[in-house]
Amino acid sequence: MKSLKIINLKKKFKNINAVNGISLEINEGEIIGIIGRSGAGKSTLLRMINRLIEPSEGFIEFNDINITSLKGKALRKWRSECAMIFQQFNLVERIDVLTNVLIGSLGRNYNFLNLIGIFSKKEKINALKNLDRFDLSEKALQKAGTLSGGQQQRVAIARALMQKPKILLADEPISSLDPKNAQRVMDDMLKINKEDGITIICNLHSLDVAKKYCDRLIGLSDGKVVFDGAPDDLTTEISKELYDIDNE
Amino acid sequence: MSEIFIENHNQKLKDLIFKRRLWNIFIIISLIIAVLLSSSIIDISSSRLLNGLPRLGDYISQILPSLESSSLFLDSNKEGSIAYWYFNLPKYLKLLFETFNMALLATIIGSSIALLLSFLSAKNTAPNSFIYFMTRRTLEFFRGVPEIIFAILFVWALGIGPIAGIIAMTLHTTGSLGKLFSEVHENSDIKPREALKAAGGNWPSEMKFGLLPQVLPNLISYTLLRFEINIRASTILGFVGAGGIGQELYLVINFNYYEEVSAIILLIILTVISIDLLSEYLRKNIIEVDNVR
Repeated sequence: MKSLKIINLKKKFKNINAVNGISLEINEGEIIGIIGRSGAGKSTLLRMINRLIEPSEGFIEFNDINITSLKGKALRKWRSECAMIFQQFNLVERIDVLTNVLIGSLGRNYNFLNLIGIFSKKEKINALKNLDRFDLSEKALQKAGTLSGGQQQRVAIARALMQKPKILLADEPISSLDPKNAQRVMDDMLKINKEDGITIICNLHSLDVAKKYCDRLIGLSDGKVVFDGAPDDLTTEISKELYDIDNE
Repeated sequence: MSEIFIENHNQKLKDLIFKRRLWNIFIIISLIIAVLLSSSIIDISSSRLLNGLPRLGDYISQILPSLESSSLFLDSNKEGSIAYWYFNLPKYLKLLFETFNMALLATIIGSSIALLLSFLSAKNTAPNSFIYFMTRRTLEFFRGVPEIIFAILFVWALGIGPIAGIIAMTLHTTGSLGKLFSEVHENSDIKPREALKAAGGNWPSEMKFGLLPQVLPNLISYTLLRFEINIRASTILGFVGAGGIGQELYLVINFNYYEEVSAIILLIILTVISIDLLSEYLRKNIIEVDNVR
């Protein structure tokens, strides 16, 4: 079984320990919700897995490969295997949807012709197929900025799939969406988890959404794991502690 | 209680206003002193101005063509016709075209180099702080030295002709556009670039897809503005032998071919106005298209 191991991971920003010694083991095909209030270190943890942020201490291992020491090409290969979607979708708004999805292929299959906007037919068909899975193939030639928030996030998922990832990291994917679009995005993530077997690690603000979609919840508080278990095991006391309700 | 409070408050406000007035008076007095001082240093005396100004009028009246309404549209053999005034028009147009091409070439080459250097001289795209520092200083040098100095240098080195002017303008264009471009990069949104990075994209693709689409309208707008500036600059550079219509203008001024001076100046003004209008139209369209999206 392929697994992601996080060993005593720490990240210090000036005087603040954003992530303060996290150790986790995540198995292939799991769908994990990371919960906790703002500033608990959720986003920093996710970005360290994808190496957008460098850890100050500790290791990340995937199939016994040390991710934290990767450089150059190997690092880019890891990033393409470990896709990420963002709270603000992070699409290139001024270019069309299809090219936005094709961007996902750059880490896996880079060709210098890509720099003048030329992609192989195979990749284009691939991108269109991915868009079609989320009923967005008709928008392929529209500029990404003209789409609604929900549509943009689903384009971002299509872009992530284009990377042929083993893991999908989702950093607050539904925080800037209305409930209906949020549900659609979560359903789509569940779909790729079940159909493609992609491991999903998802930062979530809403406890209800996390309980509904995830197999396993990890609660963070002040950069430390304070809960790790099935959604049913999450007691009211722990969730109160997680969200600091008593101290408010 | 409240009356005392209001009284206090009013007193405070009066004090503040008084202080501000005092400060304003101080600034005005120092400005007047500065103006008086600097005018005495550069020796503007009223007598010199009064004697000199009429001569300006003399020169203008001398370079004006002597057009006669009766023969205005006759051929170039008749004195007083427009054709007589512009007897050298084919030559002017050829030189004007040369000037235009000098500006165009300098703008294209200069903006291309500026684009490459701008990635190295923007804080958020530079590979490291040493390259950032060096590129910044280089760009400063290129735009700090006046074009005319570069032109004199290259005329001396390469001989009289447009090539010296083109190189001079290219260097200056690189310096100023490089700075402007890198500032556009610095104001760009980090989010699309973050996505490119997270997808495993390398640095060139991060720039091409994550940065360029956002900044391109601004870059084009700045480049067109620079083209307008270069059209004017290339005229002046002709004065030091760097080719184009400016060289001819310098010649006719020195030889006191009065009517030809006005003929050339009018042509230059018309060219600059039409280029300005064209590029303003283009810039407006780029920005508006972008806003509609």
